[in-house]
Amino acid sequence: MKKMRKLLAVVLAGAMAASMSACGGTGTASSSAANSTAGSSAAASTEGSSAATSTTGTNAKNFKIRMVTDTGGVNDQSFNQSSWEGLQNLKKSIGADVNYVESKQESDYATNLDKAADDDAKLIWGIGFAMAESIGKAAKANPDIAYAIVDNGYDAKTMPKNVTGVMFRAQEPSFVVGYIAGKTTKTGKVGFVGGIKSNIIDQFEYGYKAGVDYAAKELKKKITVDAQYAESFSDAAKGKAIANSMFSSGCDIVFHAAGGVGVGVIQAAKDAGKYAIGVDRDQAYLAPKNVLTSALKLVHAAVEDVSKKAIAGKSIGGQTFTYGLTEDAVGIPTEHKLMGDATYNAALKVEEQIKSGKIVPPANKDDYAKFGK
Amino acid sequence: MEKTAKILKKPITSTIIAIVCGFAVAAIVLAVAGYNPGSAFGALFSGIFSRPKYISNVIIKATPITLTALSVAFAYKVGLFNIGAEGQYIVGAVAANIVGYLCNFPPVIEIPLVILAGMVAGALWGGIVGLLKAKFGIHEVLTSIMLNWIAFYFSNLVVNSAAFHQPNSTAAYPVNASSYTMLLPNWKTSDAGMAAMSGTKWLREVMLKTDVNFGFLIAIAAAVFIWMLLYRSRKGYELRAVGLNHDAAEFAGIPVNKNIVITMLIAGALAGLAAALAITGTNPHRISTLSAFENNGFNGLSVAFIAGSSPIGCIFAGLLFGGLLYGGQSIQANIGAPSEIINIMIGTIVFFVALTAVVPKLAVRLEKRGMRNAK
Repeated sequence: MKKMRKLLAVVLAGAMAASMSACGGTGTASSSAANSTAGSSAAASTEGSSAATSTTGTNAKNFKIRMVTDTGGVNDQSFNQSSWEGLQNLKKSIGADVNYVESKQESDYATNLDKAADDDAKLIWGIGFAMAESIGKAAKANPDIAYAIVDNGYDAKTMPKNVTGVMFRAQEPSFVVGYIAGKTTKTGKVGFVGGIKSNIIDQFEYGYKAGVDYAAKELKKKITVDAQYAESFSDAAKGKAIANSMFSSGCDIVFHAAGGVGVGVIQAAKDAGKYAIGVDRDQAYLAPKNVLTSALKLVHAAVEDVSKKAIAGKSIGGQTFTYGLTEDAVGIPTEHKLMGDATYNAALKVEEQIKSGKIVPPANKDDYAKFGK
Repeated sequence: MEKTAKILKKPITSTIIAIVCGFAVAAIVLAVAGYNPGSAFGALFSGIFSRPKYISNVIIKATPITLTALSVAFAYKVGLFNIGAEGQYIVGAVAANIVGYLCNFPPVIEIPLVILAGMVAGALWGGIVGLLKAKFGIHEVLTSIMLNWIAFYFSNLVVNSAAFHQPNSTAAYPVNASSYTMLLPNWKTSDAGMAAMSGTKWLREVMLKTDVNFGFLIAIAAAVFIWMLLYRSRKGYELRAVGLNHDAAEFAGIPVNKNIVITMLIAGALAGLAAALAITGTNPHRISTLSAFENNGFNGLSVAFIAGSSPIGCIFAGLLFGGLLYGGQSIQANIGAPSEIINIMIGTIVFFVALTAVVPKLAVRLEKRGMRNAK
């Protein structure tokens, strides 16, 4: 019995350690490059509303904004963290009252949104499309509070008028990195690793494929894209395995849109001495010699922008704000020593063409089929 | 002196000392991190008690961990360490979700069916562990840790399978509404229900803003049942004998191996019950892709330990733990202290409970000193 107790203590300690490390996150030092580009772009994109905010500057201090994370937590190195950075910027720049509530399980969404409402928040952010249903319900129960959701459009059928959708045209940076991959590949074969199939990840996959095709047409050669899914957003080992098999079958560049899975993809590129392309934020810090570029999706710029609109008293509900290259909320990092100036400048030209509407990157399979023609 | 010794010998005393020490350490950590411990604990308690709906949420949060704790505590009484409650919970949730989604009978049939599915799956998962231990003597800790991971990936496999995956989400299809175990799920959102509740604000808050459900009542019933089984039945006497010394039990003619299998079946069923009640009783009524263990089973270990593996104690320890988990978020939301603080506090409490073996020894020493002084 005594032995049992000892064993119990040891195992329990192990279990606690495991469970805690599971929810813990790592440092935030990583955001450097992505942030610096974002800083300038956010400033540019919000110039219009700055006049409005200065007149309502006194209001901003009392303006309570709460954010509810999805199960990734606030240190997820991805959109939760980025959104929180956006709100912290707001606190610094105009003194808004911001805070967050972390969700540990999916069943926490409803109670956490309710708690945020109890705090007398005027604007509540839900991060991630998994929260769409809960946001719709919470908004119905609290018609006086504005709700906004990242990565999910406003849907008049399931959501009341006080919900705002925030979407990104992720196909645009994906198209640009696809173009860069097409220009850079030597083997004529590149890879794509997705997380779990959904409309959001489709934007990345088909934007990327179209970008590769565009480069192939320009170079008058054939480039194939090998696309695979990890069925996870967290399994780094699986990402590594998929990327390894892609590299050994002849791919020399792999782009990922798979959250934590991508850490494994980048690791595999580092081991094989090949290239990986990062996503959401500038992931060059993970392997400076192997991350060719990153498809930036600057969630914090959008969060700041929409929040400022709300603070300025503009009506934001019942619609979807879409952010892309023209809003400077997506793009590629300025660091480009791995691809060289020629490719980088060509990529910037492609960006200009997307901005002017000459190229419309496809966001799903059907548009992609049309794009080829 | 003798009185102090007597109080110290009671198991509840050491638990309370452990909890007080846990709060003390958390206060030190908070102070070092630059937060006022007083306002932090104020936020914690107001996050638990200040509104009726918060209390309701604590009870909802406490339901699954009370049942998984019961699973662990029951197995522990028979000398088995059920670290596999986590995996048993996961397979229970998968089975309940699948059955609740595929079948759509009237609630009187549907609810027992879904709950039974969860219990059977959990029992099966626990039974494998028991069988391997009884037949081949493989240690239950090893097998159940492995089965936890198998359950984890099995759950993700089901969530992502074409048959159950809800497109554009990270989750499976939810169960049918006929399997809901909330209090009057249809009436409360109907016009008649709204009208009846409009007068009492707290009732409206509890009913509409929380998933108040029958789960905790079932958890209490299960705790009483396990207590009766252990202490008021012949079978329970056998089981406890196996737990105390299984060689002696075998010598006394008690079928040890059979009892080990039975124990693990029941323990697994309890964890499965926890999962089924969570699926039927709380939003979003479905399983979703797991990126890490949700700790429903592992938290049960801590709760069982705080309760000193007493079945009835699990109810109170479960409520304490549920309160810390739910109220702990208010510390973050109100004063900005990281929610990790609450994890440190929980860890410290469990740590001190592990140390409480010291307390009865202290009592013995006090007694001795008392006797010496008397002479």
